Amino acid sequence: MAAAPLRSGLLRQTATCLRQSRATFSLGRHASTLAVLEQRDGKLNISSLASVSAAQKLGGSIHGFVAGSNIKGVAEELAKVEGLEKVIFVDNGAYDKGLPENWGPLLVENIKKGGYTHVLAGHSAFGKNLLPRVAALLDVQQISDITAIESEDTFVRPIYAGNAILTVQSADSPKIITVRGTAFQAGSTTGGSATLEEGADPKVESTTEWISEDLAKSDRPDLGSADKVVSGGRGLKSKEEFDRIMPPLADALGAAIGASRAAVDSGFADNSLQVGQTGKNVAPQLYLCAGISGAIQHLAGMKDSKVIAAINKDADAPIFQVADVGLVGDLFEKVPELTEKLKK
Amino acid sequence: MSGLRILVPVKRVIDYAVKPRVNKAGTGVETNVKHSMNPFDELSIEEAVRIRENKTKTNPAVDDILAFSAGPSKSQDILRTALAMGADRAIHVVEEKTELEPLTIAKLLAAVTKQEDRNLVILGKQSIDDDSGQTGQMLAGLLGWPQATQASKVEISSDGKSATVTREVDGGVETLKSPLPMVVTTDLRLNEPRYATLPSIMKAKKKPLEKKTLADYGVDGALRLKTLKVAEPPARQGGGKVEDVDGLIAKLKELGAI
Repeated sequence: MAAAPLRSGLLRQTATCLRQSRATFSLGRHASTLAVLEQRDGKLNISSLASVSAAQKLGGSIHGFVAGSNIKGVAEELAKVEGLEKVIFVDNGAYDKGLPENWGPLLVENIKKGGYTHVLAGHSAFGKNLLPRVAALLDVQQISDITAIESEDTFVRPIYAGNAILTVQSADSPKIITVRGTAFQAGSTTGGSATLEEGADPKVESTTEWISEDLAKSDRPDLGSADKVVSGGRGLKSKEEFDRIMPPLADALGAAIGASRAAVDSGFADNSLQVGQTGKNVAPQLYLCAGISGAIQHLAGMKDSKVIAAINKDADAPIFQVADVGLVGDLFEKVPELTEKLKK
Repeated sequence: MSGLRILVPVKRVIDYAVKPRVNKAGTGVETNVKHSMNPFDELSIEEAVRIRENKTKTNPAVDDILAFSAGPSKSQDILRTALAMGADRAIHVVEEKTELEPLTIAKLLAAVTKQEDRNLVILGKQSIDDDSGQTGQMLAGLLGWPQATQASKVEISSDGKSATVTREVDGGVETLKSPLPMVVTTDLRLNEPRYATLPSIMKAKKKPLEKKTLADYGVDGALRLKTLKVAEPPARQGGGKVEDVDGLIAKLKELGAI
């Protein structure tokens, strides 16, 4: 019985040594990164290019990865993205819906084939769903939602809803990482000249079947990457008032619309508009909010905005502690007035 | 034994309403504050209990609901809460020294899942302390099971063979159908967790709670990631208030925001 803990202790020590020597080795040469990119209906998701921008901070070679049906067009578009050396594509409709059950083996095979030191994807619904599964298959502790890269093995990420900033060092290889889009702005989509290469396709069938989707349609800028965001909270009182007050203000500014959790839970706005720890993270030039008190979970999703403006009738609302400019007043009066004056 | 055997992992975290403070040494946050069950895990327990309660309609029978936590002795409190909410029994892997990483927890859960013959694992989509959002997906990967993350609706087929899950994705929702056994992670809109009543809290004290160690499951708690430091985020200073809408517009122009 006594031998067992000793042996596992030794094993652990050996594993640690191996990991350390691997880490030193990877520091001695250049990083090679696989950036996993998103596409939908043959269109590249531009915000997923944040993983390429992050990869550029690591140095070394960067390969982009896309998979789906008729993927050649996306691959060619991707080849023009600045910073990419090679685009690896897998043409197979089975990957269109981003199901992790078949994407997992697909990525594992291509990661092993390419011998990458780093694998990066956006911290989006797709990346969040898929990368931890891949990390487990490779026996790697993933690093989620990084906001900065200090070196090849050292990364910065927010914890506790952004109330603390953690710097961690990883000895795992490859390093599996999701990237906060707003922290790494997507670079130029022209001027690059990557080569195209067909990736390996293990053709594992997904046990999960994709049934349907219901996406909120909007002509407005995408919330996650918009320059300006106007956001409404519980103070809007009803869906009718939300729809009457917020869209004209958004149109006057050319802004995306966001909402607090209270507004979403009360049914004023769609779930996909939620800003905060459990919703989207935004960091626009301007975040203008009305009727939002500023709970810590909400601040987590917007406090990296360049300029924060708040309209609230409660002069003591916590939002005023972070707002660059605050206006105490009734939003039902002030927001329409603001909308009118902005239009002029 | 043809019904559902559900595993619900729960985590003890700093209460969601507490604003965490970074400690002086810069190694973590002050933990001498109010703790409670991770809010997403409350949703998991609630969902498991609702699946059982709905059995007269379409849901298959639930054989049992096992709550699980790994962490310091104090985690027992939240396991009792889970039991009071309707779980049947609990397993607590006591680990005082190390803050376990998601990969380690996923390995533990994989071992528990096999040992306890589970066919449905319901986890929170993320813990509000570490904000990693990894454990459920890692567990599904280790077991080779299908996964449905960020679930806002879960329907188990009456034969207990599959589940149809609506998930929250960027821009809306999508619906998937997976064969059981599977892993589901919960999103906030899945349900409204119940409050445990006093009688159920009293009853929970008598429900079985088994204490285990990492070694019992052959999992080692060695950390893969090394914390170099924990710091306060850069403080944001409010810029003060303006009198009226004109003042607001003038200030926004001055700041270059419009």
